[in-house]
Amino acid sequence: MADTDNQQASVAYDSKIEGNVIFTRLDATINWMRKNSLWPMPMGLACCAIELMATGASRFDISRFGAEVMRFSPRQADVMIVAGTVTYKMSLAVKRVWDQMPEPKWCIAMGACASSGGMYRSYAVLQGIDHLIPVDVYVSGCPPRPEALLEGLMRLQEKVDEEESAVALLKNPDVRAEEQQEVEA
Amino acid sequence: MKKVISGLKKKFGKTITGTIEFRGEHTLLVEKEKTKELLKHCRDELGFDYLLDVSSVDYLGSEPRFEMVYELCRLAAGEHLRIKCALEEDEPMDTASDLWATANWHEREIYDMMGIKFDGHPDLTRILMWEGYPYFPLRKDFPLAGKPSEMPDVAFTETAPLAGGPFVTSPTTQSSVHREPRSQEV
Ligand code: SF4
Repeated sequence: MADTDNQQASVAYDSKIEGNVIFTRLDATINWMRKNSLWPMPMGLACCAIELMATGASRFDISRFGAEVMRFSPRQADVMIVAGTVTYKMSLAVKRVWDQMPEPKWCIAMGACASSGGMYRSYAVLQGIDHLIPVDVYVSGCPPRPEALLEGLMRLQEKVDEEESAVALLKNPDVRAEEQQEVEA
Repeated sequence: MKKVISGLKKKFGKTITGTIEFRGEHTLLVEKEKTKELLKHCRDELGFDYLLDVSSVDYLGSEPRFEMVYELCRLAAGEHLRIKCALEEDEPMDTASDLWATANWHEREIYDMMGIKFDGHPDLTRILMWEGYPYFPLRKDFPLAGKPSEMPDVAFTETAPLAGGPFVTSPTTQSSVHREPRSQEV
């Protein structure tokens, strides 16, 4: 018994802050913060954007998932929601906006068009935004209902939750830059 | 409308190569050289104050290849008149944008999609595709799937996978199962 008492004394246990301290992994903390405040970049390009707006409005209320802060500046956004038909004329602009978003960033391809070109098997439409930027979640539908987009967002949250963000953050910046170059090459 | 047609026929004589009436719609076929004059006459003398649409048709394989279509309207009377003229490949058409300002963008679209040039147009540039795109995609000899192209920093195109041809409905008296869209070889 005496031993245990000594041990408690040696970590200077303060009963006043008991209950306010949580021991956890850094990954879990960072991911928890990230996944519950995903700021979307609403890349509304066609009809799907209407459902995206509905998802943001009161009935479906995307803020229940912490993603209500639609940012129209890519520099402040975490997740690009590509909602609509990506024409070739628009595609490089989408890529450019994506390139301006800071890491870490994610992409949701909303609807048939953004995922695969949809019904537009034609000369004018990019056959899926994944030809240009990496997509994390594809949401099927033409257009997907807001519930489907919310489901997609929840899947993305699950994905974010499993990332090794601490390792990525604490890695030597030089190593990170090298890796980035490799990915780009 | 009958009076308008017969009046036009009298005034333009042989340059009107045909008239068509179909379910109350009137169409005049005119020689290319006289089309502009006829359009102007319709606007100034006959009161066709509104140009509904300008479009073009590609009759690939027959001569002449192209056809211009003007849809005129007399707003007060609610009457329509369609004017068509045939056009050789590479032959430019006179612009109608000085008669009706709305023709400006219609003609740019025709230039963009069909490659028909318009003499006297104030700004004949592409309107839907980008400057530098090398093809005219609504021509009949252009594949639906498109062709690869590249304009650095502007846009690129690739060939779309058609998986056995476009999906089209077939007219039939049988059930909707037979009618429903299926892949068909082009
Ligand atoms: S998937 Fe359907 S609803 Fe969405 S942009 Fe394409 S055509 Fe419109």
